[in-house]
Amino acid sequence: MRMWAFAKRCAKEILRDPINLGFGLGFPIVLLLMLSAMQANIPVNMFQIDELTPGITVFGLSFMTLFSATLIAKDRESALLQRLYTTPLTGVDFILGYMLPVLPIALGQTVICYLFAIPLGLTVNVNLIYAILGMIPVTVLYIALGLLCGSLLNVKQVGGVCGALLTNLSAWLSGVWFDLRLLGGTFSKIARALPFVHAVEMEKALCKGNFTQAATHILPILLYGGGIMVLAVACFLRKKQKT
Amino acid sequence: MEAIKTVELTKRYKSLIAVNKLNLEIKQGELFSLLGVNGAGKTTTVKMLTCLTKPSSGDAYVGGYSVTKEPNQVKRLIGVSPQETAVAPNLSVEENLKLLCGIYGFSKEKTKARIRELACQFGLDAVLRKKAGKLSGGWQRRVSIAMALIGEPQILFLDEPTIGLDVLARHELWKCIQELKGKATILLTTHYMEEAERLSDRIGIMKNGILLAVGTAEELKRKAGTDDFEAAFVSIVKEAAV
Repeated sequence: MRMWAFAKRCAKEILRDPINLGFGLGFPIVLLLMLSAMQANIPVNMFQIDELTPGITVFGLSFMTLFSATLIAKDRESALLQRLYTTPLTGVDFILGYMLPVLPIALGQTVICYLFAIPLGLTVNVNLIYAILGMIPVTVLYIALGLLCGSLLNVKQVGGVCGALLTNLSAWLSGVWFDLRLLGGTFSKIARALPFVHAVEMEKALCKGNFTQAATHILPILLYGGGIMVLAVACFLRKKQKT
Repeated sequence: MEAIKTVELTKRYKSLIAVNKLNLEIKQGELFSLLGVNGAGKTTTVKMLTCLTKPSSGDAYVGGYSVTKEPNQVKRLIGVSPQETAVAPNLSVEENLKLLCGIYGFSKEKTKARIRELACQFGLDAVLRKKAGKLSGGWQRRVSIAMALIGEPQILFLDEPTIGLDVLARHELWKCIQELKGKATILLTTHYMEEAERLSDRIGIMKNGILLAVGTAEELKRKAGTDDFEAAFVSIVKEAAV
């Protein structure tokens, strides 16, 4: 109950920020529209709606990192968190309270992205449900990144690191905008060593109902998600003790 | 039993000793003020007593529980209004109060009753549905203290509750604090002489982390040989060789 009270508050803080809503929902949809329009004029295979939508939904999650990191960093800078540290809320309550509200928001964003892509020509079948479910571990990875950045950085730094650097890096290294092979072996190797491209390829495979291929990408997502989560929790609790 | 007891309580930050071997006893139901200029160690003392920061050495007992060994039990007994206004700005006043009710595990009925009670006590009815972040400093401070009281604490910590408020808001808040006297033990930190003299049962004067004197306002004035409390404070602080 304690944790839910805190989680509800975090959800309200995120959803009541119009910039969050605008970017979180609006930006991925604008990208879908823009790239679909480009595809209509100059056909590029990777911008076909069935190829593009899974990538855009994964890219949209980088805003979840930004939202959760900003909320945590803001809380850390305010006296509210100090007050809450003096209540019976435990470390686990704080971690789950920050994480759980972002999960339905992220899944909501994913569903809206897929729904919006349907009139643009997205193939509708049961695989879309698997693709949406497949976003859960990817969302956890992005939330963990948010928790880590929010625990380590101040609000200004979060804006720079998550708002600019992470959104761009996760986009470039995910193969959404261009074929990674275009930039040569080293770039491709770096990208494949990171989880972003695996998240996009898993989503693409799930949309096509190719579960064997999807399964080959889940391990890096789980490993990175789990590893970053452990690191994030350790950093948050350490900062809490250092208050 | 004392509500608060500190034993050689010390906090060091590298070479700086923020609080130095503090020995203090505060009786149940008492309103005790820690008075001192900036950097005296008042807020650090409150942070240690509220389990926000660990003492470097020594210990403190809040409601009989050790802040170093039993912080969870301590947290169930206390309410804290930090120096800066601690409200969730995007939540309404009512939602802020509900948040704390949820954290203390209150039922729906108890939540409603507690909010009604505190809204009445602090005159918050008119602002219950307003966003806390949009209120004036004085109102935010009232909400902050009401939030500290939600859990029906036995011991209430008010860290510089009137800092930055205009004279009218300060007087309004003093009235609220006076109404709390006797209902809970209150530890208040301040650097306003008038506030300490007017509200407190006893006052402790701190300088550079050391508790220089403890007593009622009258006792402190007698000790300094003056009728004026501000003059007594200045005399005690200036004479101290720390």
